[in-house]
Amino acid sequence: MTIATEKNPPVKLPNEPAITPKIVADHGLAPDEYERLLKIMGRTPTMVELGIFSAMWSEHCSYKSSKVWLKKLPTQAPWVIQGPGENAGVIDIGDGQAAIFKMESHNHPSYIEPYQGAATGVGGILRDVFTMGARPVANLNALRFGDPSHPKTRHLVSGVVAGIGGYGNCMGIPTVGGETNFHAAYNGNILVNAMTVGIAPADRIFYAAAAGVGNPLVYVGSKTGRDGIHGATMASTEFSEDSEEKRPTVQVGDPFVEKLLLEACLELMATDAIVAIQDMGAAGLTSSSFEMAAKGGLGVVVELDKVPMREQGMNPYELMLSESQERMLIVLKPGREDLARKIFEKWELDFSIIGRLTDTERMVLTWHGKVVGNIPIPPLVTEAPVYERPWTLTPLPAVLEASQVPTPRDWNASLISLMGCPDLASKAWIWHQYDHLIMGNTAIRPQDGDAALVRVPSIVTGAVHKGLAMTSDCTPRYVQAHPETGGRQAVAEAWRNITATGARPLAVTDNMNFGNPQKPEIMGQFAGAIMGMAEACKALDFPVVSGNVSLYNETEGRPILPTPTIGAVGVIDDIAKAVGSRLTQGGLAIVLVGETRGWLGQSLYLREICGREDGAPPPVDLAAERRNGDFIRSEIDARRIAACHDLSDGGLLVALAEMCIAGGTGVEIALPPTSVPSHAFLYGEDQARYVIATGTLDEVLDAAKGAGVPAVLLGYSGGVSLTVKGLVSLELDDIKAAHEAWLPTYMDAAE
Amino acid sequence: MKTSVLVFPGSNREGDVAQAIELITGRKSNMVWHGDGDFEKTDLIVIPGGFSYGDYLRCGAMAAQSPVMTEVKKRAAQGVPVLAICNGFQIAAEAGLLPGVLMRNENLKFVCADVHLKVETSQSLFTNRYQAGQVIKVPVAHAEGNYFADTETLKRIEDRGQVAFRYCAPDGTVDGTGNPNGSIRNIAGVFNETKTVLGLMPHPENAVEPMFGGTDGKALFEGIVDALS
Repeated sequence: MTIATEKNPPVKLPNEPAITPKIVADHGLAPDEYERLLKIMGRTPTMVELGIFSAMWSEHCSYKSSKVWLKKLPTQAPWVIQGPGENAGVIDIGDGQAAIFKMESHNHPSYIEPYQGAATGVGGILRDVFTMGARPVANLNALRFGDPSHPKTRHLVSGVVAGIGGYGNCMGIPTVGGETNFHAAYNGNILVNAMTVGIAPADRIFYAAAAGVGNPLVYVGSKTGRDGIHGATMASTEFSEDSEEKRPTVQVGDPFVEKLLLEACLELMATDAIVAIQDMGAAGLTSSSFEMAAKGGLGVVVELDKVPMREQGMNPYELMLSESQERMLIVLKPGREDLARKIFEKWELDFSIIGRLTDTERMVLTWHGKVVGNIPIPPLVTEAPVYERPWTLTPLPAVLEASQVPTPRDWNASLISLMGCPDLASKAWIWHQYDHLIMGNTAIRPQDGDAALVRVPSIVTGAVHKGLAMTSDCTPRYVQAHPETGGRQAVAEAWRNITATGARPLAVTDNMNFGNPQKPEIMGQFAGAIMGMAEACKALDFPVVSGNVSLYNETEGRPILPTPTIGAVGVIDDIAKAVGSRLTQGGLAIVLVGETRGWLGQSLYLREICGREDGAPPPVDLAAERRNGDFIRSEIDARRIAACHDLSDGGLLVALAEMCIAGGTGVEIALPPTSVPSHAFLYGEDQARYVIATGTLDEVLDAAKGAGVPAVLLGYSGGVSLTVKGLVSLELDDIKAAHEAWLPTYMDAAE
Repeated sequence: MKTSVLVFPGSNREGDVAQAIELITGRKSNMVWHGDGDFEKTDLIVIPGGFSYGDYLRCGAMAAQSPVMTEVKKRAAQGVPVLAICNGFQIAAEAGLLPGVLMRNENLKFVCADVHLKVETSQSLFTNRYQAGQVIKVPVAHAEGNYFADTETLKRIEDRGQVAFRYCAPDGTVDGTGNPNGSIRNIAGVFNETKTVLGLMPHPENAVEPMFGGTDGKALFEGIVDALS
């Protein structure tokens, strides 16, 4: 290998422009950040060096505005194998197996080019998980679109859904869950948050930290093209009118190549050849090579002319900053090059030794034997800008009493209207485009339970199988009204959804989507949400093991609703004991678990029926959450619950309607004696509540009493209608029709 | 029963079908790489679902030209049974093992859902455990499952009883209501002339366990085992 001596100053390439303040600004570096760069380098950088600083110090890669807050989240528990800081979080799920998972946003690219933006979001998160040695077993996604009447919404829904399906279906990973909301605040900035969960042997986890001076650095996967250059920088600024001109910064995905890359990587991982492995995600070769060397306390020499290129005439700057998809960087043990090469050749993928590790703690880039970049690694990490941006907490709005909210003029019509509103309407049009059954392990399908549930493949056939429960949750209108409460609620709802299947909630991945952090009120939303999440995660023993931050979700000064999406994973030891939310048989007692105070502030009833979005969001009593949830889980384990649904958007009546239409069985209930007004009882969104169906009423009520959990009999299942004595009487078919019609009708409507 | 499951770059339901066969027979399948034109003697060949070669050019078109398919055609001609599911059906049709073609779904969207199928005949090694006219529920998951054949071919395969399954309503009515992709005459699966090759879009391998999609697909594999042992 010919390497220019590392002391040599880099050479300028032909046609390389001089570094001007405008070029610096175009790279998203603030003047004081550029001063920092000059101090580290001790000279003017070359273009490729400037590009590297720009990418590494972008909000997207450096978390410079969010770092100080993210540290407040609890990340430890006895079952946590790897917390935040690696490609994904890792937890122990017993029997020598680990679950590896993370959620990540692809918001900005998905707005500019919905199909490719969403597809490569899925591709990126899949790589984050399999780069750690896991075979992905499930995908989820949390989507937020603008007002359905906004002219772009239909096109964005259509493209995003097709993109997610196009990538995940081809990869052969079931997409089993998620959520989709609509709100005008997302008109100019949609959110596409994708989550992948994988399974690996707990003693075969792969990390990014490089080791072994002299070890070869290997590039595998697709060739590098000119797509996605500066994607990380684009994702770190607000949108303006000309954002669509940024389409070339969106990457193009090829799920077929990623499928080959997955199989080839897993085949190589089964050998002993790998020292470290890292996918090339945001900021491509730059961040992957940098992170591997930095984490290992080493240096690296990269011979850029050895990088497989998609087209002629590419230069070092483009090679370092391209975000071409389906690429991995691997540090091999010495002497394993041929073994690795054979595997990648079998899968018809590029394989190239592009450099080696050094002990210099410098990144040296060469181009046909000449040094074109030479950057000290530690200061770029330790001296990276970190901002304690000013923040103003959102005050708690005045509480809205039920007496201040009108009762429905027509009860039946109010339920029909809620069940068919964009946020509650069936999302079957979406998830039928996702292969949610491949792998043959899907036990709870979309809409059949509060969380998706997949069987964990066990080594022994016929043994008791574990199940992995997974969900994604956030109620942005609560977070907007009061970020601390909203942060607590998002975590609590995710915990409840896992619990409602019978699984033990284990850990969280968070996807923090917010506006411009340079505005104190936005930074205050971020701070408040983190405080609430931290409190809930601590109280529920629900550590955060991975996550992602997406800021600057603003267009022309208008921010999105603050959306800290919580992805969560839990385990049930015997999947045969799990329950869904479908009500499939008559004669079961319907029991409401938890305390109902009739909280209508920020409820969907208030927004959809009364046309108001105000009041304080429902408070979250974390001790009650824990008590009620632990009770539900123990009753499911004792096989005393036939169906279970947590109460959230739309409250009790909506939850009952969902259970009925999913299972094709009706209910007849009456309100128990209560001082809470009927509309607040049926539509209030008090937290820490579940509705269950049981064939062993007395035992359940006794157990609840013993556990100090409020539980009250509402009525019984049976028939084909939903009846609330004196208030509601509807045929299930009519509810179902309203629930199922909205999205397909909306999507089919002519532009 | 010895089973060989073909694996192309981009296959992704080979594990599902191998898992189903193992559940029913207790035996692991032999996974055959696409470049292997000389795989061991076998009682059943399965061409599984997936996106062979990324569905580039045309679904199944590239896989149909692979060395392993030359061998499959040779063995099919000798009477070795071939079960071709989803992308496997597309490959088998492209390779000329089965009549007709699979086009883009009528609504141009990928569809993953349970569908109802009417079993057209129990007179085959694949369907002998079903009753003619029986309705079964199995899932589909595809974007190009819209079966088409010209009028002459349709007449021929219908006259000879080569239609294996049709999409139907839950009560067995074949009137297009249960058709997820626009297939002509609601055809979901067809045989070759000797009924030793079956191609179908639905996934019986994903309907073999009560908790994971039901058990209506199980009889297809059990029938094959019966016929071949």
